[in-house]
Amino acid sequence: MKGSLVIVGFFALGCLTGLYNILPFNISETDISLYALCALMFSVGLSIGNDPQTIKNFRALNPRLIFLPIMTILGTLVGAALASIFLTNRTMTECMAVGSGFGYYSLSSIFITEYKGAELGTVALLSNITREIITLLAAPLLVRWFGNLAPISSGGATTMDTTLPIISRCSGQEFVVVSIFHGFVVDFSVPFLVTFFCSI
Amino acid sequence: MFTVILIMFAGIILGASLRKYRIKHINRLITILIWMLLFILGVEAGSNKDIINGLLTLGLEAVIITIATVLGSCIAAWSLWYVLYKRKKGAKA
Repeated sequence: MKGSLVIVGFFALGCLTGLYNILPFNISETDISLYALCALMFSVGLSIGNDPQTIKNFRALNPRLIFLPIMTILGTLVGAALASIFLTNRTMTECMAVGSGFGYYSLSSIFITEYKGAELGTVALLSNITREIITLLAAPLLVRWFGNLAPISSGGATTMDTTLPIISRCSGQEFVVVSIFHGFVVDFSVPFLVTFFCSI
Repeated sequence: MFTVILIMFAGIILGASLRKYRIKHINRLITILIWMLLFILGVEAGSNKDIINGLLTLGLEAVIITIATVLGSCIAAWSLWYVLYKRKKGAKA
């Protein structure tokens, strides 16, 4: 939660900087964000490849629960497609690109800004932060209404870190391994799906 | 567009081949890059009058998409839950 606040803080600070024209040059005309994005993805790759623990954890997984990330992705995309019916000024693929953030607000909003501009990027940031917050606050309700797997699906890409403690508390200790596995797979799908829905 | 994803794979391969050496401070670097990029996103949003004036509408759109995606994924999770656990328990009882 503290990490999310710092991130929102940086976004807000940027908004103020842009609003009052504090920077001496126009940052959106430079390639800084593209290079930073490349550096970011390279570092993310390094940290995944360099960590032997992630793969080891998955040996303890109930094989039938391999389907959970697929259910999350399908459910999210169907939901986002249906949301586009109510949002007349957004296309179905734009809504699906925003939905494909799965709560991974930093990466998805950065990608969408790069491909579709800052307006949809802002929607992606707000939408995916809300997804994380809803999961954190509503996890007990989601368990009661939709069963023990629901907060994991709702948490999307965040279930291996920020929402893991609440899932462990509400769904039970035995769901920690599937939660980490689920977060890893969904996390990994974010750049692919976002790029895909931005390019069609 | 897919260059970025290729770069990530290059990172994974390099990270895996250097597994003998723990790469330190990489998560710190990731956090700083994310801060920087979100700051830039903020600057772009802030200097765009349409976005600032429409922030409330954009927020509403965001919430509608979020509620739809959370409900969609929960219904999908519930159906898997039903197939794997609930139906079996019902059959036993």
